[in-house]
Amino acid sequence: MTADVQPSGSIRRRLTLQLLFSAALLAGLLFAVVQNFAREVAEESQDSVLLASVTSILDAVTVQEGEIVADIPYSALSMLGNVSDDRVFYRILANGEMLTGYADLPDMGLSEGEIGSVAATGTYAGESVRMVSASRRIALEGGPVEVVVSVAQTRSGHMRRIRQISRDSLVLGIGFFAIAALFAVLAAQSTVRPLNVLTGSVSRRGPQDLRPVTGSVPSEMVPLVRSLNRFIARLKITLSRSEDFIAEAAHRVRTPLATVRAQAEVALQRVEKPENRQSLKDMIRAIDESSRAAGQLLDHAMITFRSDQLEHREIDLRELVMETVERLRPVAGLKDIVVTVTSPDRLSIPGDAILVQSAIGNVIDNAIKYSPAESDIEVELEAGSERAVVRVLDEGPGFGDEDLHNATRRFARGRNSEGTVGSGLGLTIAEDVARAHGGGLGLRNRTGEKGACVSLVLASR
Amino acid sequence: MRLVGLGIALSVVVTAAAQAFEIEEQRLFPSPDGTDGAVLKVISTTDTEIFTPLASAFQAQAPGVAVDYSVVSSAELDRALRVEGAAFDIALSSAMDLQTKLANDGLVRTHRSADTERLPDWANWRDQVFAFTQEPATIVVSPSAFDGLEVPRTRQALISLLRSHSERFQGRIGTYDVRESGLGYLFATQDSRNSEIYWRLTEVFGRMGAELYCCSSQMIQDVAEGHIAVAYNVLGSYARARQALGDPIVVVEPQDFTTVMLRTAVIPTSAESPALAGSFVDFLIAANWEWLEQGDGTPFAPILASGEGGDPGARRPIRIGPGLLVFLDPLKRKRFLSEWQDAILQR
Repeated sequence: MTADVQPSGSIRRRLTLQLLFSAALLAGLLFAVVQNFAREVAEESQDSVLLASVTSILDAVTVQEGEIVADIPYSALSMLGNVSDDRVFYRILANGEMLTGYADLPDMGLSEGEIGSVAATGTYAGESVRMVSASRRIALEGGPVEVVVSVAQTRSGHMRRIRQISRDSLVLGIGFFAIAALFAVLAAQSTVRPLNVLTGSVSRRGPQDLRPVTGSVPSEMVPLVRSLNRFIARLKITLSRSEDFIAEAAHRVRTPLATVRAQAEVALQRVEKPENRQSLKDMIRAIDESSRAAGQLLDHAMITFRSDQLEHREIDLRELVMETVERLRPVAGLKDIVVTVTSPDRLSIPGDAILVQSAIGNVIDNAIKYSPAESDIEVELEAGSERAVVRVLDEGPGFGDEDLHNATRRFARGRNSEGTVGSGLGLTIAEDVARAHGGGLGLRNRTGEKGACVSLVLASR
Repeated sequence: MRLVGLGIALSVVVTAAAQAFEIEEQRLFPSPDGTDGAVLKVISTTDTEIFTPLASAFQAQAPGVAVDYSVVSSAELDRALRVEGAAFDIALSSAMDLQTKLANDGLVRTHRSADTERLPDWANWRDQVFAFTQEPATIVVSPSAFDGLEVPRTRQALISLLRSHSERFQGRIGTYDVRESGLGYLFATQDSRNSEIYWRLTEVFGRMGAELYCCSSQMIQDVAEGHIAVAYNVLGSYARARQALGDPIVVVEPQDFTTVMLRTAVIPTSAESPALAGSFVDFLIAANWEWLEQGDGTPFAPILASGEGGDPGARRPIRIGPGLLVFLDPLKRKRFLSEWQDAILQR
C-alpha cells in the first residue's frame, strides 16, 4: 500500500519558467538597447554626412572682387545622394541675407552669432527633414560677414533604415530568446537528472534489496540520501527482527506439533469406532497442515536470511529434482498422483542447494495440492546456455487472471484454492529463491490442456 | 530643336496667349476608337516626329486615349511646371537636372508598379524620376573635312589635331551655346566634372572661332552639309538616326570618356490623370526594355543600348540625384557661364 503523495508543482517546470522569464526579459532588453543604439548611430551617420556637406560648401564660400561667391562643390550634394534617395535642400546666408539656395528653408537650431554646427529635425516641404547648419566669418571690405550654410535632407531613407534595424534587432531578440529557451530547458533537465537517477535506482530495487544507496549524488542531495539510507537501515533491522520472530515462533510451534501428531497416531491405533477414527484422522491432517505452514514460514525466513549471503556451489539440479520428487512421492501417492521427471543426463548450476531444493519442493508440493486425484504431474528440466528451467505441469484448475499477478505474493492464495489447505507461501518462496539465483518464476496456464505450468528459472552460469 | 520645331508647319494652333510659357508645337493624337474619353497631356522636349510612333504604339494598347502633345524647351518645361503650375499629366525631358530638381522640390508624383520595380537603381530616383533612354554625347565629324587625316577618338587627339591644322578647321567647329541650351549646359558641366581637358578643349574651340548652336539637330545638319567639320557634344541618338538616313557624317563616342544623358519622365503634381500617366510611364519603360529584347526597336535610344562602336567602359552615365542640383544653383551657374564665356569667346 502506498500513500498518495500530493505533488506541489514541479522543480523542472518552475526552473524552466524562471529561466524562460529571465531570458525573455534579457531578450527584450537586448532588443531595446540594440534598437536604441542603432537609432543613434543611424542619426549620427546622417548628421555626419550632412555636416560634411555643409563644411565643404562653407569652404567654397569665398570673396572675389569684393563680392561673396559660393562655388558649391558637386560632391557636397552628390554625397547625400549616395546615402539615400532623399530630397536635399540647402541655403547660404550672408549676414542673414539670402545668398543662394532655398530661401524659405526654416531656421533651425543655429541662433544668430553662434559659431559651430548644429543639427535639428524639423518640417519642410511637407516632409520631416534633418538639417545641419554651420557658420563661418569672412572678412569683406566693409567688415566681417557671417556666412551660415544649412543643408537639409528628408528622412525617409533614415526611417527605412531604422525600420530595417528594428526588424533586425527584433530577429536578434527572438533568436536570443530561442537559444536561451533551449538552454533553459536543457539546464532544467540536467538539474533534475540526479533526482531522476536516484528515483530510478531506488524504485528498480527488488523487494528484498535493502542495501544503502551508494551512488554519487550532488552535494545538495547528500542529506536526502543519508536520511534515506538511515531509513533503509532502520527498516532492515525491523524486518529482520520480525523474520527472526516468525522463525522462532514457527520453530517453537513445530516441535510440539510433532509430539501432538505422534500422540494422535498412537491414539488412532487404539480407537476402533469409525467416527472417533475419522476425527483423529482430521486432527492429524490439520496438524500436518499446521506443521507444513510452520515449515514454510521457517523456509521463508531462512531464504530471506540466506539470500543476503548466498553461497554459490556447483549443484546437480537433476539429482536435486529426483530427490525432491522421491521425498514428495508419498504425499502424491495419497491422491494417486503420478509424478514423472524428464531431464537431460547432467544439469548442474551454481547455487545454494538447500534454497533451490526448497523452491522445487514448494512448486511440486503446490502442484500436488491443486491436482485432482488420479492425475499426472510432469516435471521437465531444460538446460539452456544461460539458464536452467524446472517446469512443473499439472492437470489442476490452473490460474485465474488475477492469480497470475497475485499468486506469488506472500499469503495470497489462488481463486481456486478454496477447499485446499495451504499457507500461500509456497510460490513466494520459489520466486524469492529464483530471484536470488538470477532468474524468476513464470506462471501460466497450459496451452491446449487444462492445468497450470509453473517455470522455475535459474541462471546456469 | 526649337528652330526646327518652328520651321515645321504647326498642326495645331498654339494657344500660347493664355500661357506664359512658350510652346513650340502642339499636336493632338485623337483616340483611335473615336471616343471622347481620357486625354493624356504630355509636355516634352522631344520633337513631335520622333514621338509620333511611340504615341501610336501607346494608343494601340489604350485605344480610348487621346494624346495631347506639346513640345517646349527644357527651360520652358521647368517654368511651366514650377512657376505656372500648368496641368500636364507627364513631362518627358532630356534635361535630367531640371527633372531632378522638380522631384526634389516636391513638384512630381510618386509612381510604383511592376515595371518601375524592374528599373535598375540608377534609372529610378525616388520612384519619381524614371529614366527610359541612355543617350551618349558624341563628336560628329564630316569625313570630307578629314580627308587624309585620322578621325580623332579622344578629346586629346581632337585638341592636337585642331592645333596642328588650325587653318583647315578655323571657324568650322560647332558646339552648344550652353547659355541657351539646357542640354548643352548639362553636358558641359558634366564634362567639366569628369576632366580638366574640357576647359582646354573649350579654349581651343574659342581660338578656332567655334560656332554656337541651340540644338543637336542643327549641328548635325551643318556637319552633313559641310558647313562645319566637327560638332562637339551632339546627342548620339539624333546623329545615328541622321546617319542611318544617309547623311555623310561620322559619329564618334570619345574613348577617354563619354558623357551619357538619361532621358527621363516625371508625373507632375498638377497631373489631371495621374493613373493614365502612370500607365504611360510603364509603357515607356516596357517599350525600352522589352522591345529591345524582342528586337522591334524603339524610336528612342534604348536604355540598355550597348553603344555601337563606343567603348562601354568609357561611358559615364549622369547619375540622377541631388548632385544635379549643384550646377542649377544660380551662383554656380553664373560662375560656370562666366568661365565658359572667357574660354569660348576669348575675351
